[in-house]
Amino acid sequence: MTLLRHLAAAVAVGAVVWALSVQLNAFRDFQMAQVAVYVVAIAGLSLLIGLSGQISLGHGAFMAVGAYTTALLMLHLNWPIWAVFPASAAVTALAGAVVGLAAARLHGPYLAGATLMLAVALPSLASQFPGVLGGDQGLSVTVVPPAALGATFPPTRWLAWVCALAALIALVILANLGRSRVGRNWRAIRDDPVAAALSGLNVAALRVLAFIVSAACAGLAGSMLAVTTSLVSPGSFTLSLSIALLAGAVLGGLGTLTGALWGALVVVLVPTYVTDVATSHGLSGGVAANIPIAAYGVVLIVVMLVFPYGIQGGLRRLAGQFLPSSPTRLGPPARRAPTGERTEDLDSPYRRPPVSEHQEEGTS
Amino acid sequence: MNEFLQFTLGGVSFGMVYAAIALSLVLIWRGTRILNYAQGAMAVLTTYIALTVINHTGSYWEGFVVALAAGLVLGAVIERVVIRPVESRPPLNAVVVTIGLLVLIEGIAGIIYGGQYRSFPTAFSVTGLRAGSVSLGISRNDVFVAGAVLAVALALAAMFRFTSAGLRLRAAAFNAYAARLLGVRVGRVLTLGWALAGLIGALAGLLVSPDTFLYPSSMDSIFVLGFTAAVIGGLDSPVGAIVGGLLLGVALNYVGGYLGSNLVPLFGLVALVAVLMIRPSGLFSVSHGRQV
Repeated sequence: MTLLRHLAAAVAVGAVVWALSVQLNAFRDFQMAQVAVYVVAIAGLSLLIGLSGQISLGHGAFMAVGAYTTALLMLHLNWPIWAVFPASAAVTALAGAVVGLAAARLHGPYLAGATLMLAVALPSLASQFPGVLGGDQGLSVTVVPPAALGATFPPTRWLAWVCALAALIALVILANLGRSRVGRNWRAIRDDPVAAALSGLNVAALRVLAFIVSAACAGLAGSMLAVTTSLVSPGSFTLSLSIALLAGAVLGGLGTLTGALWGALVVVLVPTYVTDVATSHGLSGGVAANIPIAAYGVVLIVVMLVFPYGIQGGLRRLAGQFLPSSPTRLGPPARRAPTGERTEDLDSPYRRPPVSEHQEEGTS
Repeated sequence: MNEFLQFTLGGVSFGMVYAAIALSLVLIWRGTRILNYAQGAMAVLTTYIALTVINHTGSYWEGFVVALAAGLVLGAVIERVVIRPVESRPPLNAVVVTIGLLVLIEGIAGIIYGGQYRSFPTAFSVTGLRAGSVSLGISRNDVFVAGAVLAVALALAAMFRFTSAGLRLRAAAFNAYAARLLGVRVGRVLTLGWALAGLIGALAGLLVSPDTFLYPSSMDSIFVLGFTAAVIGGLDSPVGAIVGGLLLGVALNYVGGYLGSNLVPLFGLVALVAVLMIRPSGLFSVSHGRQV
C-alpha cells in the first residue's frame, strides 16, 4: 500500500517533470538536472542526520567517489549510463561502509570532525594520482542522447530526463526504507541508543547501514553530477559542497524527503539568482560569488535557532492548523529537535538541575 | 641526518600552530561541551583585520595586538549571540550552528576582502638559522612562532592556577551546577572562555598566515589539523592539546618532506581515524566510564 502510494506520487512528479522539461530552455533543463542531483544527495544526508542521528560533513567527498567512478567506467570501459549509475552508487556504498564502520564508534563532534577531515583530504587524492584521476584538470565525461530521439534533440533535456528518473527511483526506495522496519529502528537508535540496544537492536550495525545507504545516495548524486556537468575535477568537490548539502538538508527539514526537495531547490536556484541580482547591481564578481556562501551560514544558524524543523516542518505545522483532522501519517515532527542525540551531554552547563529521569517525568 | 633535523625543527614550529588551535578548541570544549568549528574562520577574520591595520600603520606589532583584541571580542560576541541559545539543545544543533558560523564568517571575509591570496608579513626574519656550519631549517621567525604559543599557553596555565577568574573557569567546567550554587556567574565565565579561545585562535592565524597565505578559506586545513591535534591529546586536556599539536606537526613534516606534500591532508585523516579507533578519548584524557 505504502509502496503503491509512493509509486503513484513518483509517477505524478515524473509527469510534471516531463511536461516542464519540454517547455523550458536548455539552461532551465540543466538546472532541473541539478535539482535532481541535489535532491538525491540531500535526501541521503537528511536521512542520515534526521533518522539515524549521525552527522556527516563529508558527503561532498562521497559525491566525488561516485563522480570519479562514473568517469573511469565511462572513459575506460564505455559502460552505458543506466549501468554506470547503480555501479557508482555501489562503489560509493562500499566507501560509505568503510567510513561508517569508523563512524559507528564515534558520536557528535568527533564524527563531525572526522567527516570534515574526509571532505578536506579526499579531493587531494586526485592531485596525487594525476595519471589515473586527471589531476587538477579532472576527467571529462560525454553523454549523447540516443539516436532514436533525433539528431536535433537537446542533450540537456535528455540529461534532465535521465537524472529526474534516477532521482525518482532513489526517492521511492528511500521513502519505503524510511517507513520500513529499518527506518523505525533508525529512529529508535537516534532517540535513545541505550533503550534501543536493550530492546535488542544492533545499534552499531544500524548506524553503519545508515551510512551505507546515505553514501550510496551521495554516490548516485555524484554520478549524475558528472554526466550533467560533463567534467569531474577536484574543484567541484570542495568543503563548500558538503556544507551546501548540509544547509539544504537543515533548511528543508531533517529526516523528510519533501524537505530534501525544498532544500535542493534552494541550493540550486538561490545562489544563481543572488549572483545575478548582485552583479546586475554593479557588485564585483568576487563579492557576488561570496554572498551565497554567507547566506548558507545565515540559513544554518537561523534555522537551527529559530525553526529547527526546517521548511517542511513549518509547512506541516501550517497544514495542521488549517486541516486539524488531516491524518499525519508521517507523524508530527518529533517533540525534541530532530537532531537528537543525548549521550554524554549531561555535564553541560545551562542544564536544569540534575534530577533523575523519573523525577523529571513526574514533574512534567 | 641533517635533513631529519630540519624536518623535526620545522615540524615543531608548525606543530605549535596546531597546538594553539587545539588549545582554543579544548578551552571551549571544557566549558560548554561544544566543538567550535568556526575557530579557523574566526582566525581568518582577525588576521584580515591585522593585515588592514598593518597596511595602514606600517607596524606589525600594532596589527598583532589589534588582531588579538579582535579575537577576544569576536569570541565573546559569538558566545553571547548565537551559542548561548543552543547550549541546552542536543549536541548536533550546536555542530550545525558552528558550521554555519564557519561559512558565514568565510563568506563575509570573501565579500569584504575578496578571494585573492594575500601575503602576510612575518614578525622576524625568515632567513635560516645555522648552528656552526649546520643549517637548522628554521628561521628566527619560526622560533618566535613556537615561543609565542608557548608563552600564551604558560600565561593561560598561570591564570587558571593563580587567579580567581581562573578558579571560576575551572569550577564552571568541572560542575556548572555546583559552581552556580556557590555564586559563580557561569554565563559570564563561559563568555570569558570563548573570548580567551578567540584570542588564542587569532594568535594561530597571525602565526601561520605567512606560510599559508591569507584567503577566506586559508585556515580550513589548519583548523582540521588543529582539531586532530586536540583529539590526539584528548579534548579535555590543555597539556594534551600542546603535545598532540607537536606530535602531529612533526609527523606531518616527515610525511611532507619524505613522501610529498599532497599526502599531508590524507595522512592527517589517517592519524585522526587511527587515534579515534584505538583510543577514542585521546592519549591524555583521564578515562571516565561512559554509558553504553
